[in-house]
Amino acid sequence: MMKISELPGDEDAGLTCRTYVFQNESHTLGNALKCIIDRYEDVQFCGYTVPHPAEAKMHFRIQTHETPTLDILKRGLTDLQKVCEHTIDLFEKEVKEFTKP
Amino acid sequence: MPKLEEKPRVFLEEFRVKNAPDDYGMADEKWNFKKFTKKFRIVIVRMDNTEMEFDLIGIQPAFANAFRRLMLSEVPSMAIEKVMIKNNTSIIQDEVLAHRLGLIPLKADPRLFEFRPENAEEGTEFDTLEFSLKIKCTNNKYGPKDSFRAEDLYENHSVYSSSIKWHPIGNQASIHKEADVGPVDDDILISKMRPGHELDMHLVAVKGIGKDHAKFSPVATASYRLLPEVTLTREVDGSEATLLQSCFSPGVIGLDSDGKAFVRDARYDSCSRNTYRYDCIKDAVILSRIRDHFIFNVESVGAMPPNVIFVEAVKILRDKCKTLLDELNSFS
Repeated sequence: MMKISELPGDEDAGLTCRTYVFQNESHTLGNALKCIIDRYEDVQFCGYTVPHPAEAKMHFRIQTHETPTLDILKRGLTDLQKVCEHTIDLFEKEVKEFTKP
Repeated sequence: MPKLEEKPRVFLEEFRVKNAPDDYGMADEKWNFKKFTKKFRIVIVRMDNTEMEFDLIGIQPAFANAFRRLMLSEVPSMAIEKVMIKNNTSIIQDEVLAHRLGLIPLKADPRLFEFRPENAEEGTEFDTLEFSLKIKCTNNKYGPKDSFRAEDLYENHSVYSSSIKWHPIGNQASIHKEADVGPVDDDILISKMRPGHELDMHLVAVKGIGKDHAKFSPVATASYRLLPEVTLTREVDGSEATLLQSCFSPGVIGLDSDGKAFVRDARYDSCSRNTYRYDCIKDAVILSRIRDHFIFNVESVGAMPPNVIFVEAVKILRDKCKTLLDELNSFS
């Protein structure tokens, strides 16, 4: 099954506004991703919601001035991935430093 | 009033929590990865095999919270999932007993196992651990005659986790040792019995995540709080100083040789607002918290050390981003 799909309704509005539906995701990814994308230069609005607690779904809305939302989403995921990699590297370095006699 | 250092703060006032007047929240700045790496620091304060305290400094609350949530509910661990009961004549009902067994933390390293596929009927040596628990309570013929204590009268009247025996399947015996897969402690009480009571059960442990059931969570607690800060605005001495000291957690306020109060270390302050109860000293302190300084406390249940759990949590978020990116790239 695909993890990401688009919510219908934005097809006629160009590429600059979309709501993506993430399967089996929630606040963990939603809020972290929103926190990055919200701070991009061209982004007009970005927000997420978990519409129903009994459904493992997360809706992620992006509206931009010009940039296609798909590019923004990809850039957001890449940046979040970079944040994670940096955190892992830094943490492991500090652990090594701490355990050094 | 002493000038405060440039840090994002929230102030704990008598009747409200106030943001710093020139602070529009971290939501306002533009995203810049370089700036993030420059500001972000990690400091390890305390670490052993079961407990850890570390600081994440200069990070967004969304990331800190994501890491906490991941440790609690998405880092996998092994736990007993199925219990085949052949005989249970003890007074604990089958389902209650099975639930208790499920909650026993296992030492098995989840990184060495795979998730069992959803529709698999039988487990394999790569995704399953099998144990048995067979024990019977009897009268103790050799105990002292005049004693009425249960431990003298009966044998096996208390069933502990040490009675759980591991049965390696396939090639498991050459990869794992019994001491590395069984319960983390030998003295976890499972049931109490009397002569004639008997347990005979087959236990199956699988890999799972905390989202499915709390027994799969690898941490006992994983939490964060913001760094407290106490600033004195005027000199406080004499009886006021001792009163001030008593308003904070031990060790937060120190008294120098002249009996003057000073802030020794605000880190472990409970952030109670006791000072505001006394009119004579309520004007002497500013209580605040640093908004981008997160103090993490991670307590492992025993399978993995806490530093490994944190790294696993961040790896899960990274891999999530990676699979989502791959999917987006493949259909566009």
